[in-house]
Amino acid sequence: MTLSDAEIAFQSGEGKPSPRERIQKALHRYPSISPGLVLLLSAGVFWFLNPNFKDPFNLSLVIQQVAVVGAVAIGQTLIILTAGIDLSCGAITVFTSMVMGRTAFANHLPGWESVLLGISVGLLCGGINGFLITRVKLPPFIVTLGTYNIFNALSLLYSTGRDIGTNELTKLLLWTGSAFNIGSFSITVGVMIMILMYAFLAYSLRFTAWGRHVYATGDDIEAARLAGIETKRVIFSVYLVAGFIFSIAAWILIGRTQSASANNGIDLNLDSITAVVIGGTSLFGGRGRIIGSLYGAIIVGVFRDGLTLAGLAPYYQSLAVGILVITAVSIDQWIRKARN
Amino acid sequence: MSIQPALEAKNLTKTYGNVVALSGADLQLYPGEVLAVVGDNGAGKSTLIKCISGAEIPDSGEITLEGEVVSFHRPQDSRAVGIETVYQSLAVAPALDIAANLYLGREIRKKGPIGSIFRMLDNGAMKTASKDHIASLGISTIQNISQAVETLSGGQRQAVSVARAAAFSSKVIILDEPTAALGVRESNQVLKLIEQLRERGLPVILISHNMPQVFEVADRIQIQRLGKRAAVVTPKTHQMNEVVGIMTGAIKVDEKDQTLKPIR
Repeated sequence: MTLSDAEIAFQSGEGKPSPRERIQKALHRYPSISPGLVLLLSAGVFWFLNPNFKDPFNLSLVIQQVAVVGAVAIGQTLIILTAGIDLSCGAITVFTSMVMGRTAFANHLPGWESVLLGISVGLLCGGINGFLITRVKLPPFIVTLGTYNIFNALSLLYSTGRDIGTNELTKLLLWTGSAFNIGSFSITVGVMIMILMYAFLAYSLRFTAWGRHVYATGDDIEAARLAGIETKRVIFSVYLVAGFIFSIAAWILIGRTQSASANNGIDLNLDSITAVVIGGTSLFGGRGRIIGSLYGAIIVGVFRDGLTLAGLAPYYQSLAVGILVITAVSIDQWIRKARN
Repeated sequence: MSIQPALEAKNLTKTYGNVVALSGADLQLYPGEVLAVVGDNGAGKSTLIKCISGAEIPDSGEITLEGEVVSFHRPQDSRAVGIETVYQSLAVAPALDIAANLYLGREIRKKGPIGSIFRMLDNGAMKTASKDHIASLGISTIQNISQAVETLSGGQRQAVSVARAAAFSSKVIILDEPTAALGVRESNQVLKLIEQLRERGLPVILISHNMPQVFEVADRIQIQRLGKRAAVVTPKTHQMNEVVGIMTGAIKVDEKDQTLKPIR
């Protein structure tokens, strides 16, 4: 904990920070600056490469495509802020979408019932993760690796290998896919729901005691506990809230694909972590902004779309996303050095 | 003695399996004094303090606060009656700012429906109050209350912990090796804070390994040995080497004569 003379001098304002240190400190303080800049920069480059990129139709498509992963990334951000990780988020999303779809199709539940049932299952799945992590005291990575396989298997078993098509679903389930125009942009209900969830969680994290406790728990769990925070309850609540968010994402997924299938959204597990990491949230917990994950999800969407428009084979998309992730984590490590 | 102790522990015992941590430990803390608790490793000073702060539950024995019997099951219980603890581990959340750390776990919400329905925190009120707490302890090295704690030095971080304890404790402050992680200059800052607390009239229990520091700030020194109190001395009547002698067992003290009267 002792500081070098230079650092003491720096803190008392005697030495001047170099421009590099200043950038480091600013990024450290405002973690969503860098993903915001990357988003603007990449959009500019793709616009330059192909003028069709800026077409409202194309931009609307990008947003619609990222609605599901953007929504899942909200729950993933909460969990990563507590220094956890959820490998099962995609499996929960797919499983709850199957619950919603099948109860509507096979059990003829008319509307809200199947949605509410799906949400209940989402809460239960999140609760199981939270219970195993806080009470059985297993590491989040192991717990969610296990439940990823379990929930995956459950949705495959429950689906009986059959996809549920548009005609077999209720109007309410498909509602999240219905589009309306804002100016020349076409926005779906699912996109709106995702944005509302971001707004709500951003508020909760920033302006409520719960949000502060989430950050404190991820930052230094022992210090949080000694300060009187019920850290176990905070962690459990985060997995529960995430389960709820994943089930809403499932509803958006049904609207987006106009179907319910155990094969939809299988990439969500890792894609959501990708969005969170590119969004500047630290995998070590306690640092990051939820809005960064929205940037992260959109950045991935912009890259996939832009590279397609530029006429490159799809493999290059994965290549680009891989480079993005590694760059984002390198930047995070560099920023963390600003801590002492 | 006619003065009622602010805090008293009688005959506390605590065992962990076969290990006896406390075998009938006593402690009396009088109003307005700094009581240092010293002892070799395994003498039971940590366990004693954990029992008083609610981090451990004693197997038997009694704790009284201002004459009333209290029992703690969690750290929150002792906090609720006005006992605050500062830990050696610099127990602050690095990424949160000073005001957020002072009020961590005790946040103030805005008045009216914004606070009760929308659960919105009153950051302004917490910042203003934090500034007052920091200023009232004479901590001059901290200028900006919105600074993240990770930008502070170890001494400043511990000052934040002490300010937090001072702000919320109405009865007793326990400092568990508060200077263990600090350098010389930073330790002196913390010692100054302890003197500030005494001037306010708050009784302080200081656990420390550092004899010179103990002799500098303590009014009385309780020496723990083998899970119980071996003696209570004052820096005025005893030398450092005598204290070490009692601590290690080189000097024997009659069990009936171990408690010195408080100085006032």
